[in-house]
Amino acid sequence: MTTVSEKKLTEFEDNDQKPVGFGRMLRKEDARLLRGRGRFVDDVQLPGMLHLAILRSPFAHAKIVSIDTSAAEASPGVKAVVTGETLKGLGLAWMPTLSNDVQAVLATDKVRFQGQEVAFVVAEDRYQARDALELIDVEYEVLDPVIDVRKALEPDAPLIRDDLDGKTNNHVFDWETGDAEETDRVFAEADVIVKEDIVYPRVHPAPMETCGSVADFDPVEGRLRLWSTTQAPHAHRTLYAIVAGLPEHKIQVIAPDIGGGFGNKVPIYPGYVHSIVGSIVTGKPVKWMEDRSENLISTGFARDYIMRAEIAATREGKILAIRTNVLADHGAFNGTAAPVKYPAGFFGVFTGSYDLMAAHCKMTAVYTNKAPGGVAYACSFRITEAVYLVERIVDCLADELEMDPAELRLKNFIQPDQFPYTTKTGWVYDSGNYEPTMRLAMDMAGYEELRKEQALKRAKGELMGIGIAFFTEAVGAGPRKNMDILGLGMNDGCELRVHPTGKAVVRLSVKTQGQGHETTFAQIIAEELGIPPDDIDVIHGDTDNTPFGLGTYGSRSTPVSGAAAALVARKVRDKAQLIASAMLEVSVADLDWVKGAFQVKGDPGRSVTIQEIAFKAHGAGDLPEGMEGALEAQICYNPSNLTYPHGAYICVVDIDPGTAEVKVRRFIAVDDCGTRINPMIIEGQVHGGLTDGVGMALMEMIAFDEDGNCLGASLMDYLIPTSLEVPDWETGFTVTPSPHHPIGAKGVGESATVGSPPAIVNAVVDALKPFGVRHADMPLTPSRVWDAMRGQATPPI
Amino acid sequence: MQVPAPFEYERATSVDQAIGLLERLGSSARLVAGGHSLLPMMKLRLANFEYLIDINDLHGELGYIRVAADEVRIGAMTRHRELLESDALAQVFPIFRDAERVIADPVVRNRGTLGGSLCQADPSEDLSAVCTTLDASCVIRGSRGERVVTMEEFHVGPYETAVGDGEILTEIRIPIKPGKSGSAYAKVERRAGDWAVVSAGAAVWLDEQGQISDARVGLAAVGPNTTGIPEISASLRGRAPDESLYELAGAIAARSCDPVTDTRGSADYKRHLADELTRRTLRGAVERASAVERARS
Repeated sequence: MTTVSEKKLTEFEDNDQKPVGFGRMLRKEDARLLRGRGRFVDDVQLPGMLHLAILRSPFAHAKIVSIDTSAAEASPGVKAVVTGETLKGLGLAWMPTLSNDVQAVLATDKVRFQGQEVAFVVAEDRYQARDALELIDVEYEVLDPVIDVRKALEPDAPLIRDDLDGKTNNHVFDWETGDAEETDRVFAEADVIVKEDIVYPRVHPAPMETCGSVADFDPVEGRLRLWSTTQAPHAHRTLYAIVAGLPEHKIQVIAPDIGGGFGNKVPIYPGYVHSIVGSIVTGKPVKWMEDRSENLISTGFARDYIMRAEIAATREGKILAIRTNVLADHGAFNGTAAPVKYPAGFFGVFTGSYDLMAAHCKMTAVYTNKAPGGVAYACSFRITEAVYLVERIVDCLADELEMDPAELRLKNFIQPDQFPYTTKTGWVYDSGNYEPTMRLAMDMAGYEELRKEQALKRAKGELMGIGIAFFTEAVGAGPRKNMDILGLGMNDGCELRVHPTGKAVVRLSVKTQGQGHETTFAQIIAEELGIPPDDIDVIHGDTDNTPFGLGTYGSRSTPVSGAAAALVARKVRDKAQLIASAMLEVSVADLDWVKGAFQVKGDPGRSVTIQEIAFKAHGAGDLPEGMEGALEAQICYNPSNLTYPHGAYICVVDIDPGTAEVKVRRFIAVDDCGTRINPMIIEGQVHGGLTDGVGMALMEMIAFDEDGNCLGASLMDYLIPTSLEVPDWETGFTVTPSPHHPIGAKGVGESATVGSPPAIVNAVVDALKPFGVRHADMPLTPSRVWDAMRGQATPPI
Repeated sequence: MQVPAPFEYERATSVDQAIGLLERLGSSARLVAGGHSLLPMMKLRLANFEYLIDINDLHGELGYIRVAADEVRIGAMTRHRELLESDALAQVFPIFRDAERVIADPVVRNRGTLGGSLCQADPSEDLSAVCTTLDASCVIRGSRGERVVTMEEFHVGPYETAVGDGEILTEIRIPIKPGKSGSAYAKVERRAGDWAVVSAGAAVWLDEQGQISDARVGLAAVGPNTTGIPEISASLRGRAPDESLYELAGAIAARSCDPVTDTRGSADYKRHLADELTRRTLRGAVERASAVERARS
């Protein structure tokens, strides 16, 4: 087996030559994407294709009294107008969500959030479809909405989900983790307790490509082909089979090039189902592409956690326990995408990177008249919220103890010899070595110098802040013993075929939305087989041509599917070794593997390459007794645990004391994701995630007015950062391999999105220390920072 | 993709022909210049016009910056990029370059026009604040000839101007007053390219003794239209510029404006910014005027 330490040789330097294995190389998919030759859902054009547009509710909560579609039906080019009543007749008005709730495909009884789907039109072109929407006459009886999540459970709150049998309130679930009694005991005996109310507001992933689909139902064959913007084509296919009653083998889901997902493209949206129904009804292919406003108001949001955080410590700064009480806003339907046994995702890792005596969390989730969702925006199943909570409250503790926040963290880290480490909420961290990561970030930042500079500036009335966040993530869902989505296990298949000339094709169950799978996975196979990455084709996203698996989200591709790729390559290599022994007429035990070839021990002149072996496997002449021809293998990988990457982030901000504008001056990000396959791709993902962090910390929020109107319905209102708001990122890394992953890799795709918001907020709060500020909630817009400076910080909701 | 409602499209070949089209089509028609405000509103179906009259071909006729001894004339079709890049304009009124640096992004600046910005009459619009600060007047042409209105007369409400059906804004005129002048613009925005949370422009004219012979401040995003504040001018005239004077002006700005709380910020914060940015831009304008003085001596 290749050991992890050997890989460091190819790891660190830029090189002009493409690595045969791990190392920096340009992405194979970029030639296509950069030249405009990508093929996205909206590029799909089929003969006779029609276009679909959706009528959405203008109200957050209203009864549908009547819908008159006659004028729309008579509008030029219109082929079909479908309402909830039509779907009801087909038994398709409701569909299951990923959290065992149901969601309206089209509203029948009432609308429950602004932007909810009420009817759809299929017409010859996009303009005709959109124009006809204006002609649908819907009479609504407006109801009081539930917008303030804190009031959702009040006895006189309007009931949102009267569709559910026996439902009398807006309660979704209660969830608890850790040991309440033990935590209370530790708190009772602690020297110091710090308490803070912390809000993680509603944000939206806003991928560059909005959601859409093209459905092509063939009534003769009874086959459905569906191109759609999905991060999980196989899971979607199975769900369509269950929802629509179509046999699974007659459904082909194709996720072509995808323009960003960030969790936004995990759920099944009503629009996808509409396009399928539209194609069945009209007998033609039907395309639906939502516009930007539709994407922002109706598709999967993220966060919306109201958290009471408490931390207990000794006066010397030993952290003893953390407890938290969370109120979670799940919107009108519980559409959270998370493993079934984890209704709050992996929020249970809120104990962070610290060795505690006790921890406890109690959570209540409620319905409100807002769009459904809950897990999206690169959050690693709610770890974003968890990391924000712990890293914010640890800073509050440092403030209380008048201790340096770096020193406080260093003092409380889980130590290297404690791994595998079981947290007080039952998570088993696979590996970690936190102090070197923290020290590297501090060295890169010049931490001591920054503190000196800060002291000088403070003396002059200038506002400079230094913020630290140290995170541990839990990614790579997941072991089938405890993780599934709607009963589907979270394993990943992989199939590898080496062609006679030694080129190869690998088929994945996961699907890139821009992460670079076509390069990373080719490099994994290359590392194991010695075949150059350019000689390896990576096929993904088409259910007819790839093995089953649950898709790409939660940073799970490398931890799960990457392991499958390494192991399937090793299976092929094992077979290749048997063939090599026959070719070289020596025993298997007498062969050494040097990347790309087997050579006879002690006689390096006698060797056969993997390409020669591949030809032999497909060629004439005998193979070893009992061996079939060809050189290929398949596998389904069940991870024994999640992987736990970690990182140390340091942010430096300057605040204009007159206008309260925050400028992120520097950001140092040291990530440890175990073995690094392509450092350039890792850095790219980190850069993107850090930019997300600046957005969430400083400007992004999906807000609602008291009537439930979404105030973030366009990119003029929902701000996402530009290059002008971000500094030149300073990235570094340490390598602590995962002990159970075949190549020692851990997921990294979401680390920066998870880790950066607390670093930025901690920096802003640090800058505001002269004003006595201990906490201020995101988004830290100039107006909200100014409020904080005057001691008037308020929660954003 | 957001798609607009159906509309007819015509390309104007001259100002007179465009006026003829407007007279014939009435209020169902709208001129489109850069289109960066109008087209998004049409795509969101917040604006629905039966006819669009594209005046981009009139850039030859209406795209110019003419700096004379006593006046600057700028054609309504002059693009943001041209305003940004004009050294002659920056020399007499550096406020233009200040403002153009923070207006939207290069794509918008390549297409958007001075006339379009003013006619959009958005209360947060930067060039309206600049023109208010500089005491500009607007030339409006119809089939019966031209009329000239002040900025106060031009903006009759949010998104409403004095330009009537069958009329076109053709030119902006800015007086060059005697004495040494300086001007500056400052904007607080939540993100580059966003509309202003608040912005302020200031212009000062100094006499031979270095006293303020005239001063003007224009604010955006703190009322139904960009706001000029005569009280500031009156309070500053005849006095020597110093910090206490800027403070006084800032205080007047804060109490004279009428901001509302929205997602960009609270009314209190905006009032504070009106104060802060008034002081900053006045300070900057005086520094520039003094620099002119130094350069001349």
